[in-house]
Amino acid sequence: MSTQSSRATARLMLSPTVILLLIWMIVPLALTLWFSTQRYNLLYPDRQGFNDFANYTRFIATPAFTAAIINTLVLVLGVLVITVVLGILIALLIDQPLWGQGPVRILVISPFFIMPPVAALIWKNMFMNPTNGLFAEAAKYLGLPPFDFLGAAPLASIILIVAWQWLPFATLILLTALQSLSSEELEAAEMDGAPPVKRFWYIMLPHLARSITVVVLIQTIFLMGIFGEILVTTNGGPGSASTTLPFLIYKEALLDFDAGTAAAGGVVAVIIANIVAIFLMRAIGKNLDA
Amino acid sequence: MARAVTTRRKIINTVAAWSVALILFFPILWTILTSFKPEAQAVSSPPVFLAFDWTLQNYIDVNEQRNYLKFFWNSVIIAVGSTLLGLVIAIPAAWSMAFVPGKRTKDLLMWMLSTKMMPAVGVLVPIYLIFKSLGLLDTRVGLVVVLTLMNLPIIVWMLYTYFKEIPGEILEAARMDGANLRAEILYVLTPMAVPGIASTVLLNIILAWNESFWTLNLTVTDAAPLTKFISSFSSPQGLFYAKLSAASTMAIAPILIMGWFSQKQLVRGLTFGAVK
Amino acid sequence: MGQITLKQVRKSFGDVHVIPGVDLRIEEGEFVVFVGPSGCGKSTLLRLIAGLEDTTSGTIEIDGKDATYLPPAKRGLAMVFQSYALYPHMSVRKNIAFPLKMAGLDQAEIDRKVEGAAKVLNLNSYLDRRPGQLSGGQRQRVAIGRAIVRSPQAFLFDEPLSNLDAALRVNMRLEISELHQKLKTTMIYVTHDQVEAMTMADKIVVLQAGRIEQVGTPMELYKTPANVFVAGFIGSPKMNLIAGAEAAKHGATTIGIRPEHVQVSATSGLWQGRVGVSEHLGSDTFLHVTTDMGLLNVRAGGDVALYHGDTVWLTPDLAHLHRFDAKGLAIR
Repeated sequence: MSTQSSRATARLMLSPTVILLLIWMIVPLALTLWFSTQRYNLLYPDRQGFNDFANYTRFIATPAFTAAIINTLVLVLGVLVITVVLGILIALLIDQPLWGQGPVRILVISPFFIMPPVAALIWKNMFMNPTNGLFAEAAKYLGLPPFDFLGAAPLASIILIVAWQWLPFATLILLTALQSLSSEELEAAEMDGAPPVKRFWYIMLPHLARSITVVVLIQTIFLMGIFGEILVTTNGGPGSASTTLPFLIYKEALLDFDAGTAAAGGVVAVIIANIVAIFLMRAIGKNLDA
Repeated sequence: MARAVTTRRKIINTVAAWSVALILFFPILWTILTSFKPEAQAVSSPPVFLAFDWTLQNYIDVNEQRNYLKFFWNSVIIAVGSTLLGLVIAIPAAWSMAFVPGKRTKDLLMWMLSTKMMPAVGVLVPIYLIFKSLGLLDTRVGLVVVLTLMNLPIIVWMLYTYFKEIPGEILEAARMDGANLRAEILYVLTPMAVPGIASTVLLNIILAWNESFWTLNLTVTDAAPLTKFISSFSSPQGLFYAKLSAASTMAIAPILIMGWFSQKQLVRGLTFGAVK
Repeated sequence: MGQITLKQVRKSFGDVHVIPGVDLRIEEGEFVVFVGPSGCGKSTLLRLIAGLEDTTSGTIEIDGKDATYLPPAKRGLAMVFQSYALYPHMSVRKNIAFPLKMAGLDQAEIDRKVEGAAKVLNLNSYLDRRPGQLSGGQRQRVAIGRAIVRSPQAFLFDEPLSNLDAALRVNMRLEISELHQKLKTTMIYVTHDQVEAMTMADKIVVLQAGRIEQVGTPMELYKTPANVFVAGFIGSPKMNLIAGAEAAKHGATTIGIRPEHVQVSATSGLWQGRVGVSEHLGSDTFLHVTTDMGLLNVRAGGDVALYHGDTVWLTPDLAHLHRFDAKGLAIR
């Protein structure tokens, strides 16, 4: 539905974005690939040169490597499950007739505006701290021993913090989708004798499928890179209990100053990200009329 | 769904919804309250909710230790700058994909989005070195560039979905009316897409304001935004909950207030235009 | 001014040849209607003339000058779209003024012309409203106003009335015809409605599958359809087409007889049949008669007392019998 000249114009106008993103993607990646085959420690800049795949073997042989992969998956999946399930429930609740829907919506959306370091620091110090935190106070009140969240269950605690940040996002998208469902459809189902649970299962949930797709896609993109929250709360520990892949690479690069191994880790992370991306785009790209 | 329900049912709904909302909001509320407490009362056991000695001392202290305004302006410049720069690059791209779609448009869009999946930490060292050699480390220009590139795919995608809602016939009408491409985008497309563009701008300002990988790793002092400001509180320093709260409140207040006022447009933006 | 010539114009989307090759000459001041079933390529042909699509090959000349590669803005044509395509964020005044603003006229001139166009179309009291506040008919007028204000070489209409309700459609049809009388500018009008084509056109172009089936005045098409397709498409109710033995009697593969050219009698005639549905409109009666040759439509007088199940005899008026050969072409 267009002319040759408009197609040419379109290509021209598309090119800045494409070229910039290509540079943004390829240049650092190429450098990372190069570093990943080099002996390159920031502490010993004189030791240089090609060292085959030693960086890769070293990175993969790191005891924390397997843990980091599993932790990354648990973090992403954990947050996704919590936010989608709770998001649906809260959206259903807010969609009911009630007084003060506007203020409720504002309160629910608020955690989304909080920058990650702030969220992490608030939770770490004022809630999860085993001596002064509010959770410890609550435990004391109930006569229970205080629980050291970040020490005893670091990954679960981080999942809780991140889920708190992303729950508003899931809730609001799902709420918007629910509100676009015509009440006629539901009334028709009601006339057909479908009880509430079946109405939810057969009418609301399929209607929400597309928005759940959006939630999963967008959140995965952001969750794969979760970093600040871990840095501020547990620093990946204790041990490697809350070390994710990005954090492991960060440790190699900035704590051990081993840029070569970090680059190898970066390549591994890029490969994994691409696998996830291809999987995601395949699985749900169809669901988006993009 | 405007369906008639009993008052009793509505009361139950209201109580339940407000409870959930307050639980979700509580950490923020608690932080704001704590920021007005004297340090000793901030950790008192049992905790005090409202009956404490209200004070502004924490804000004064934090400001004396660290120059809040400098961080604040850096955040504003970086967030607004990267969003506007992104918009200028993205509007023509979104126009192309929305109104002159090709067979590969969808793939292209997905590819753009997939660049966001690249783990930032994986390319930290090269970017750091490039920035160092270009003298961009700890500069606002450098951060604006990085955040623009980071958020460009999202801006393009959002604008694309908004543009697609605009009927192509209207742009064709403009062409028939003698408008060249510049006039078509400036006088017809952009004004029609204002709500969508506003949502895009809002969401991206928030994303850029809260971005805390590159802003932490590529700045030292000169260009340091509020993420850096707050991170300096990450190691405990004696009694510091009240000061931490004051600093947190200062870091989040601007975006929180902006978010509250623009809630309507934002919710539309939050859905990335993908949910009608 | 306003003469348009198409020479061997072809349009393909990949392997799909939407327009396999069209030659057409549109005279200055003519009201030409492109008519055909949906998907026949009539809108594509209009968009090719407008410059909104590229021609795959062939040339389009406007006033003798090759315009094949000119962008839409440079062709001096105005178009009224099916969806009206008004600018929703501009007032009616600004909508109408937009092409003038693009042409770089000064404000006083623009105001004068907008007022003039508004007067012609009875839009004066709505000039400061937004399109969203107008009814369908008013929006249509604004779209026309936007087209006439800059005195184009020709107007292009793409199914402009299809979004209006039936009563309004008749009114707008008359208004557009009157506008043509007043302006004497070339108009090309696309529709799938053969009634619009018959009532408005100086010249009708019947299209099917991207090919021109016949070009002529409404009466030429009605009286001497060039082939079975045109015969069946033009005229309402549709012409009865009969194949088989009855056609062979007249030396044709198919014969056609319009409902208004069949005599009905309750007592005697050539073909016997039974009345199915009978539509009594007062002025006319339309009978659907089942015969040995299939269902025939017949138009009878308003006071014919024939009803469902009655036996009738039909006699075609041989002077108005159309004969077609095996290829579907008319035998003259």
